Amino acid sequence: MTDKPLTGRARPDRRPHTLEEWRDLGGYEAVERGLRELSPERVLDMVDEARLNGRGGAGFPAARKWRFMPKPGEAPGDGPNYFIVNGDEMEPGAFKDRILLEALPHQLIEGAILAAYATHSTEIIVLIRDAYRDAIRNVSRAIEEAEAAGYLGRDVLGSGVDVRMWVHPSAGRYIVGEETALIEALEGKRAVPRKRPPFPAQSGLWGRPTTVNNVETVSCVSHIVANGSNWFQGLSRTQEGGTKVFAVSGRVHAPQVIEAPMGTTAAELIEMSGGVSGNGVLRCFQPGGGASGFLEPDALEVPLDFGHVRAAGSMFGTGTLIVLDETACPVGVIARHMAFYARESCGWCTPCRDGLPWAAKIMADIEAGAGHLSDLDILRMTVQVGGPRGRAFCDLMGGAMSPLGTGLDRFGALFEQHISDKCCPVARDHGRAAA
Amino acid sequence: MSLAPDLRAAIEAAKHHHGGPRPAMLEALRMIQQDHGWVSDAHLEEAAALLGVTTAEMEDVATFYSLIFRRPVGEKVILLCDGASCWLNGGDAVRDAVMARLGIGFGETTADGKYTLVNICCVGGCDHAPAAVIGRDRKLVGPLTADDLEGLLGEDAR
Repeated sequence: MTDKPLTGRARPDRRPHTLEEWRDLGGYEAVERGLRELSPERVLDMVDEARLNGRGGAGFPAARKWRFMPKPGEAPGDGPNYFIVNGDEMEPGAFKDRILLEALPHQLIEGAILAAYATHSTEIIVLIRDAYRDAIRNVSRAIEEAEAAGYLGRDVLGSGVDVRMWVHPSAGRYIVGEETALIEALEGKRAVPRKRPPFPAQSGLWGRPTTVNNVETVSCVSHIVANGSNWFQGLSRTQEGGTKVFAVSGRVHAPQVIEAPMGTTAAELIEMSGGVSGNGVLRCFQPGGGASGFLEPDALEVPLDFGHVRAAGSMFGTGTLIVLDETACPVGVIARHMAFYARESCGWCTPCRDGLPWAAKIMADIEAGAGHLSDLDILRMTVQVGGPRGRAFCDLMGGAMSPLGTGLDRFGALFEQHISDKCCPVARDHGRAAA
Repeated sequence: MSLAPDLRAAIEAAKHHHGGPRPAMLEALRMIQQDHGWVSDAHLEEAAALLGVTTAEMEDVATFYSLIFRRPVGEKVILLCDGASCWLNGGDAVRDAVMARLGIGFGETTADGKYTLVNICCVGGCDHAPAAVIGRDRKLVGPLTADDLEGLLGEDAR
């Protein structure tokens, strides 16, 4: 269990533990210790020393985000601090939070209570995507159990702290996962991202100080408090602490969720997933879900963490790999991604609202053999306008441009071949390879 | 047909849950949909009145969130994943087979009112690719193949 602290206790059928069962496994000891023996500042310091980076995509250090949260009485006006757990997992290729929500709800609640304690938050909200109905049900039930046992509610464990926690089931739209859009959604509005600053820690939900963290990030917290920062840091092979709940899908024989040390390589993860399917020869992979740039076989030995993947020219993102063998066409994958991001744009800013459907249409044309060479210039211009340091309002378009930009750079010849041959050369030469 | 008394009561109660009437709008829409499958104009107006918000405010939210259905849907809604991982594992062939079997395209409902087919972004079931979720409890099914849709359609697959 210790080498897989996050997923080691999950049952194969993902049936969640009752609170009693969870306590028999050592559950809630960290909460008792944290709230009875440690100050909020100490909990925060432990997470800081553990070098826990946010697992939702950006990799921002969790403790640094938490330090922005004002103590009681420091923020102007009345009202609580809010701690929000982001369970809106919708990135293409991402299915890692699902198991943590469905099978391990008490682990999430433990982490959320400790995180709320460290951020002086008294209200915890878990937003979960609509398609994860088992997760919504299991987390809701676990919250009821935790309330009945006194881990949530008034004066938790005699700490003098009141903590309420509830689930907000969402209703679709990828952009809800952007933290300020998520706050808008909770306020009962269309999920359009907010301008920053002010950052959520200054003015978040209903104008109150708010922290938003990913499900996996929060699920790490009780383990850090229970076992110490050094232990957590020691789980990793790199300078970034912990294990990582990776996920591998696409052209592998056994797509799956894999908890492994931070810094595990793509080569190892692909092997653990049964190896490359199709013709068995790797063409490329996305290391961090749909919004991460393509890497090629020369990156197979890169230790996968935020810093190393950035240095390799991509983004670690959600740590969920999409694998392509030689009989899989990256142009086709990019076409799917563009259709996805175009559909999921909130429509607020022009580059994203108008640019993405344009890119999606061009990609569909190219894939179908109806593209023109001049289309590639338009795609490159779109990458320039909407790319990571581009002109879109939030990061949705920037994310979408990562696979497109790296795809054009790395597989330019393949794009041109689609246009000159008026068909997909990969499908033509290989057929639709059995996966 | 107006909303059932217990649903009306639940919507009124939602006003007092978290943050007042505005955040209760999505909750109300979800509750209506859970009971009726979709949200009609009449039901939306009725819920807006119960919450004390305008119909326009309610529409504003209802039309943004893609899984609030504003048109009648079949008994079972199939949300078929069109994400990259499903595509890499034969998702297009499954899509074509489902469409052929049911005789409908995306956004359409079978004549017998049994199924509505909707494409959805990644359903978080890439380890079951090609995958779909079906029904009001959003059951995950996969890996699907074009030759065998029984996991998805049961007896209707034949």
